[in-house]
Amino acid sequence: MLAVAEDAGGAETARPWIRPTNMEEQYPPPVLDLMGWDAEVWPRAAPPQYPCLIDQRHEVSRLYGMVNVPTAVWIDEDGRIVRPPEPAGVNEGFRHLDLATFSMPADAVEAGVRLRRRYFDAVRDWVRRGADSPAVLPPDEVRRRMGRGARWGDPVRAAAHLRLAEALYRRKDPDAAQAHFAEAARLWPENWAYQRQARQLSDPAAVGELDAGPEFWRSVEQRGEGSFYPPVDIPDTV
Amino acid sequence: MIVITYDDIEVEVEGDRWRDGDLWLPIEGLPSAIGWDVRPEGVCAGDTCVPLPPGATWWDDDAFNVSAFARHIGLAEAADPGRGVVAYVVPSGPGAEAAGGPAPVEAPDFTLPDLDGNLHSLSDHRGEKVVLLTWASF
Repeated sequence: MLAVAEDAGGAETARPWIRPTNMEEQYPPPVLDLMGWDAEVWPRAAPPQYPCLIDQRHEVSRLYGMVNVPTAVWIDEDGRIVRPPEPAGVNEGFRHLDLATFSMPADAVEAGVRLRRRYFDAVRDWVRRGADSPAVLPPDEVRRRMGRGARWGDPVRAAAHLRLAEALYRRKDPDAAQAHFAEAARLWPENWAYQRQARQLSDPAAVGELDAGPEFWRSVEQRGEGSFYPPVDIPDTV
Repeated sequence: MIVITYDDIEVEVEGDRWRDGDLWLPIEGLPSAIGWDVRPEGVCAGDTCVPLPPGATWWDDDAFNVSAFARHIGLAEAADPGRGVVAYVVPSGPGAEAAGGPAPVEAPDFTLPDLDGNLHSLSDHRGEKVVLLTWASF
């Protein structure tokens, strides 16, 4: 497992999430429910046992054509992609969130937990059985799925503006950076990560915080179901 | 002075000028600035040369039009001349596919730091299965 934080705010922004100190302050209740974390599970589940890398320029997303987080790619021992970028065991259950109480209906939580379990069962099956796992896709299918991205927009120019924005942000010029974060998001509207990054760094008080303000909910609604986390056909391996 | 960022490199270069929205750099400083230099056979990085197209106006006596060259070889440019920063990106991923190349099955390699600044490459894990997971604080 290699975890990569696509965070223009850098290590400072990602650190509290990688080495969290306070479960209840950092994770909203619906997230804790979905993760199956409580005060008992937390101390052994939360500390990562794998490399956690920081990607301030969103280079990994650019290289792999990823448009949101969390996204996972499966790579075999020969460095070949056997499952292309896809939402990693997450769905759009958050659409059922009650924004007043910040709670989710039990069936939505259950569906999320079920999907998450199925995804991790498939990962374990692949680890055990390698290419014989039904979760492994043939190269043509990997290519086909990877070609589905970037249906509109200009990802390469968008990446250049993202890179410029990150350089300006690192040079303590957040206002100038914001114009280019916004331009990156405009040039590649399909890229939720660019949009969410732009919004998060537009407000000093929001740096390092989940992007869950009115603009987020508006864009999620406008784009419709399946646009944020497209359904993943991961086979049942148990 | 201008800051140029491309690949995993970031360099500061003196003597930049902007003409009609294009970045011009002193020819003599090009190899250290962008790794390319102007030779009779073309614009070259090591043994790789891009032939100079007839009638190209990428240079004059002492300066080279980096923006025009970038366009010629297909790099995307984003610039903030007022703040002296310019970024270049090599097409890859979905943008490159749109230009006609096949989607890769080989996993592109990368090198990134962890929280303590130690560098890790995907290729360090050759011989192991890897679930590459991206996430973010937002």
